[in-house]
Amino acid sequence: MRLLRIVPDDTKFDFMRFRRISFPISAVLSIIAIALYFFHGLNFGIDFRGGTLIEVRVKAGEADLGKMRSTLGGLGLGEFQLQQFGSPQDVLIRISQQPGGELAQQAAVAKVRQALGDEVEYRRVEVVGPRVSGELLSYGVIGLMLAIASIFIYLWFRFEWQFALGAMIANVHDLVLTIGFMSLAQIDFDLTSIAALLTILGYSLNDTVVIYDRIREMLRRYKKMPMPDLLNASINSTLSRSVITHVTVTLALLALLLFGGQAIHSFTATMMFGVVLVGTYTSIFIAAPILIYLGVGLGREFGRDET
Amino acid sequence: MLHFTPLKTAATLLTALFICLCAVPNFLPEETVKNWPKWAQRHIVLGLDLQGGSHILLEVDSEAVRKEKLQALLDDVRRVLRDARIGYTGLSVRGNAVEVRLREGTDQQQALAKLRDLSQPLTGMLAATGQRSLEVTDVGNGLFRLTPTPPAILERIRQAVEQSIQIIERRVNELGTVEPLIQRQGIDRILVQVPGLQDPTRLKELLGKTAKLDFRLVDATVTPQQAQQSGAPADAEILLGAKQREPYVIKKSVAVSGGDLTDAQPGFDQRSGEPVVNFRFNSNGARRFAQITQENVGRPFAIVLDNQVISAPVIREPIIGGSGQISGGFTVQEANDLSILLRAGALPAPLTIIEERTVGPGLGQDSIEKGKLASYVGSALVIVFMLVTYGLFGLFANIAVAINVAMIFGILSLLNATLTLPGIAGIVLTVGIAVDSNVLIYERIREEVRAGRTPINAMDAGFARALATILDSNITTFIAAAVLFYIGTGPVRGFAVTLGIGILTTVFTAFTLTRLIVAYWVRWRRPQRVPI
Repeated sequence: MRLLRIVPDDTKFDFMRFRRISFPISAVLSIIAIALYFFHGLNFGIDFRGGTLIEVRVKAGEADLGKMRSTLGGLGLGEFQLQQFGSPQDVLIRISQQPGGELAQQAAVAKVRQALGDEVEYRRVEVVGPRVSGELLSYGVIGLMLAIASIFIYLWFRFEWQFALGAMIANVHDLVLTIGFMSLAQIDFDLTSIAALLTILGYSLNDTVVIYDRIREMLRRYKKMPMPDLLNASINSTLSRSVITHVTVTLALLALLLFGGQAIHSFTATMMFGVVLVGTYTSIFIAAPILIYLGVGLGREFGRDET
Repeated sequence: MLHFTPLKTAATLLTALFICLCAVPNFLPEETVKNWPKWAQRHIVLGLDLQGGSHILLEVDSEAVRKEKLQALLDDVRRVLRDARIGYTGLSVRGNAVEVRLREGTDQQQALAKLRDLSQPLTGMLAATGQRSLEVTDVGNGLFRLTPTPPAILERIRQAVEQSIQIIERRVNELGTVEPLIQRQGIDRILVQVPGLQDPTRLKELLGKTAKLDFRLVDATVTPQQAQQSGAPADAEILLGAKQREPYVIKKSVAVSGGDLTDAQPGFDQRSGEPVVNFRFNSNGARRFAQITQENVGRPFAIVLDNQVISAPVIREPIIGGSGQISGGFTVQEANDLSILLRAGALPAPLTIIEERTVGPGLGQDSIEKGKLASYVGSALVIVFMLVTYGLFGLFANIAVAINVAMIFGILSLLNATLTLPGIAGIVLTVGIAVDSNVLIYERIREEVRAGRTPINAMDAGFARALATILDSNITTFIAAAVLFYIGTGPVRGFAVTLGIGILTTVFTAFTLTRLIVAYWVRWRRPQRVPI
């Protein structure tokens, strides 16, 4: 039976040719991402900023956001946001952290309950006080840095330092672009976002390691092949595996994105961007060519090519 | 690579089978599973975001614990010096120490020795051997400073947390909810998780009150208005009423302590019909109560709860029986709640709620449905894709991944792990990643075939070369999952757990099951060519 072959065998694309384009593009995109982070900012959720999140479902008919807004506006809660969440009956109420420490947050929830009364069903209430939000934020940042450091050390053991460095540059670049995307789309940035970022990091590296493994094998075998050709050959030979795996992961994520519901929407959207879009691009167009610039493969002129 | 001894085959299949069977208790109803041995009953716990319920994180007021310890120390110093007939001119709490200035001419050495006696060796877990609870320093000029050591304070906080947990358990049990989870977190925090609880308002009220009840005499030497203007007398203080916030002047010393209560029940006043709390003292409290009421007939007697005056009735006659009534304009609910609080006991230190997450059952059920749907769709898509791309070998890969997922559930069950919505996402993601291992193997085999190897050799070499890569690439994702587990809480931790376990099972199945299936197929079919 004829099987599906997305990538034909023996492809011979010259990926390395693009490195003079891909590096500058990546540099520009990274700068844009960083600028977005600083000027547009991330949509920090209550996990990191403290405050209250209430998800309500109106019991009858559709939610009247305008009316709710004016009802809540009279409660003296300071900054708050209302948005539709999924269906027209669901409303997400976000209340910024109240001054006055932990007790003030509780008071705010009580006020809202009293104001909205019996008209709504409370699907979810989350209150994060100032102390816990500060901790979650520092844990999140420390976690990311810890993961980057541990993976770097692991790669250094398994490969040479140039590989480790190349992989880290490529994958931190992934994270930077993903954060830029999150800033642009103002995706909710909370603890599950850190989960998404860490998973993107782990999974992208997954991909990069497969390519590096092949490069290392070829370096041993073909001692005379010039680096660009060798890298091209490595990528071409792993291309069908890469494409097929990316298709399966994309299918899995697509199912989560379309059917997983609002609760994990921000999580799956972030993963989709990081894993599918960026991860593939960087593994091929950044992680591999960067080895040339890091000096891999120099001083190999001696020795013959094995067959 | 394709050679499987019968022993290896048996070991692999039995391990996989055993772990898969561990997942079974999750799908059977309670009654069937009840009579199995404990280890076989282990099952997955649904997270609060799937079950619905409340998660409340409380913090013990360490400052209050410290102040209380210093106050107790001050009382001890006073007692010790009085017993030894050593005079002192000043005794107070200053900063984080108690300072005492001895009178001129007193025996400083004796005093120092007596004070040093107050310091005890610490036996708790936090103390190094030989550490003591107090540091006594001779500042000079007859001034001595006693400072509780940091380990002593930590120990006291730890005790306060343990006591609080017990009291919280009693209070929460009164709500009649499903088994709540109450455990310490860190040094000074307590986590309370109550599955199925929809409106935590009452729970929060019960947890937020220290519930320290005292009976104290009202100071009649000044009126409240006079005291507000020129200050209360030295042995009294101004306290406000609980409902109307009117001022009272109450003596500082406690006549009868609420700690001596043995029972408190809600009831109704015989005459007015208003809700009240009927209480009873133990013999100690009853004796004190009788004495105080006897000595103070005609005078008002204040009932103070958490530094607020509930009521201050006038003592009409001595109460010898050790029982009485508290009325303070309560509603039925308030009388009920106060009885619960008094029965459970007073918290050693105030608790503050620093984090609260409540999910209603509606959302929980929705999340489960969505999680299931996404899993089915995702798996179906991947299965079809694999069949279309690799045909028969795609089927082998699908079987391996199916067993993989069953094993993930099995291990989660053995660990009594918590499954959250991100956890379900982790499983779906693992399906996508698990397939990668098989793809690596298959693509490698195809390459070897193109390079000219015979089918058997190609498959052999494919497995050999690919497995090292599989190990390497999965370890990086595993490190990310491990870090996430360490820093994450709640739902995020659930994700890290399923992802991490998924990676372990993926590597296991790639190394064993896929190889096993292919090996036996080769042996059975003796193929002329590799069908991928």
